[in-house]
Amino acid sequence: MQNIIEVKNLSKSYDDGTVALNGVTFSVRKGEFMAIMGPSGSGKSTLLHLLGLLDIPTKGSYHLDGHPISSYSDIDLARIRNHHLGFVFQSFNLLPRTSVLENVKLPLFYSTVPEIEWEMKAKKAVEDVGLGHRMFHEPAELSGGEKQRVAIARALVNDPDIIFADEPTGNLDSKSGKNVMAIIQHLNEEHGKTIILITHETSTAEHSERIIHLIDGEIDSDHKVRNRLKTTDQYVK
Amino acid sequence: MTWKHIIKTSLTGLSTNRSRSFLTILGIVIGITSIMLVVSLGAGAQNLILGQIQGLGSNTLTVHAGREPSGPSDVSFLYSDSLKEKDVIALKNKTNVPGLKSIMPSVFGAVTVSYGSNSYQTSIFGCTDLVVDIMDLNPIGEFFTEQDVSSRSDTVVLGSKVVEHIFDNEDPIGQKVKIKGRNFKVIGTLPASGGGSIFNFDDMVLVPYTTAQYYILGQKHFSEIIMQAVSDIAVPSTAEDIKTTLRESHGITDPTKDDFNVSTQQDLAKRLGTITSILTYFLVAVASIALFVGGVGIMNIMLVAVTERTREIGLRKALGATNKDILSQFLIEAICLTVMGGIIGIFLGSVLAFAISFGLSKGLGVDWQYIFPWSGAMLGFGVSALIGLIFGGYPASQASKKSPIEALRYE
Repeated sequence: MQNIIEVKNLSKSYDDGTVALNGVTFSVRKGEFMAIMGPSGSGKSTLLHLLGLLDIPTKGSYHLDGHPISSYSDIDLARIRNHHLGFVFQSFNLLPRTSVLENVKLPLFYSTVPEIEWEMKAKKAVEDVGLGHRMFHEPAELSGGEKQRVAIARALVNDPDIIFADEPTGNLDSKSGKNVMAIIQHLNEEHGKTIILITHETSTAEHSERIIHLIDGEIDSDHKVRNRLKTTDQYVK
Repeated sequence: MTWKHIIKTSLTGLSTNRSRSFLTILGIVIGITSIMLVVSLGAGAQNLILGQIQGLGSNTLTVHAGREPSGPSDVSFLYSDSLKEKDVIALKNKTNVPGLKSIMPSVFGAVTVSYGSNSYQTSIFGCTDLVVDIMDLNPIGEFFTEQDVSSRSDTVVLGSKVVEHIFDNEDPIGQKVKIKGRNFKVIGTLPASGGGSIFNFDDMVLVPYTTAQYYILGQKHFSEIIMQAVSDIAVPSTAEDIKTTLRESHGITDPTKDDFNVSTQQDLAKRLGTITSILTYFLVAVASIALFVGGVGIMNIMLVAVTERTREIGLRKALGATNKDILSQFLIEAICLTVMGGIIGIFLGSVLAFAISFGLSKGLGVDWQYIFPWSGAMLGFGVSALIGLIFGGYPASQASKKSPIEALRYE
């Protein structure tokens, strides 16, 4: 299997001397479902930001799909984020007073996808997360679980290779959380998306194939999940 | 990102904060409104003034006795007696002034007019029948003729105010009034002009200039000689011919020692036009201060909006927006704001200017015409967009420089 992500000695330190990440080395296969765990301040968010091209490392190398990211300009990075990466955040980050459909269309604004296909692609993504009946509602009218599904639809609309999920169930009740995990699992198994998930809940992490534990910016353990949790819940309402 | 979507996104951003957007553009609205108002009313005033001058005939030339006053306290020109009958004869000579169409000597003075026991102090204007044509008068009754002028007849035409003062509801025409102890027959009157014109005949009595010279003022010289050129184009050359002729007649070789001066309606129109233009520009400059303050308001609010929407900026960047995309979004938002303010200002300004024009023409009875200031509107539109670009530029560049993770982390 080809490695979609390869990081060697990846480090990130800040001007004030704080070391958020200290020489992390690992690789991720294409289609792998990986979870990153660790206590707060362990550097897991920093790692996700580096992997998601939202931040640049101070040391080390990062090859994405075989290419060193250090060779890319800011505009290249924006294009790669748009075309190949999808993000799901703990706090949803939907645009207020903007319909579900328009929210999902957002990444298409910045893409090279012809405008004529936007509506169709966005509608399909909304339907894929089971929110076809909420297409024209605004985020304020949705439950937390529904909001996160909109965010997933938005991450999917450009058909990315990797989905980064930063505590996607952190703000949700357990039922909605399970529902969201079911969708993410489905995306991994049925659509072959590579998933990088950050969580501090073991139950959430155990949906993945592999868990990396970070402590103080370094990898503490990297192991396969023996008894993967399979959510059989029907997520479509 | 296409322009269509940048604009759509910007409008959505603005409409989420409707009342704030409105208050933000208020400064621009006020600035553009005042510019529109000033430009429109300035053009109206200019039109009115020029219209009145044109009403006196743009082919009219006037020779005043005395040299041109050297300053406000120089009154020597008042006491000059340099214009005489021989000058009129010289000017009438076609070989001297080929562009001359008509000529009217005139005299001014102060007199007391009485009828019965009523008397009234007023001005006297000695002229010929040509005054009707030159000054565009509409006398009621008759006016004295060339014959009256050459025979020094005792006929008089009264201004409306004079009639009001000495006749009590009596028809003045045919009555005799006394001026300097001499009886004059009232052959006509002049209707009230409304007071809006430059040359006010309401408070004046008109007699043949010969009569005024010999029987009333006792002088042989003229106050002014009013002339008409054959056409508007002939005015400048005719003015030169008049000067040459008069210098010759007065034996003057040095033009700086002229004991007369020639003015044309065209000069006057040009001078007044320049004055109103300068006034308008000055007022526009004052109104621009409001625009500048409005621009600072825009910058202030846009900076607040950028801070407020830090998360949105981070999200957009995470989803693939480049710095340029973010910059355009916030810049277009600022320009949309100011252009909207500009459009409202243009609308308000023209409505207000129309209302004021209407009020002035009805209230003062002057022929004040409403002018839609296209130049002011174009200027207002361009300036408001420019203000958006300038004052929105800084907040927009601040927005575009935000790092996506800083922005996403922002609470």
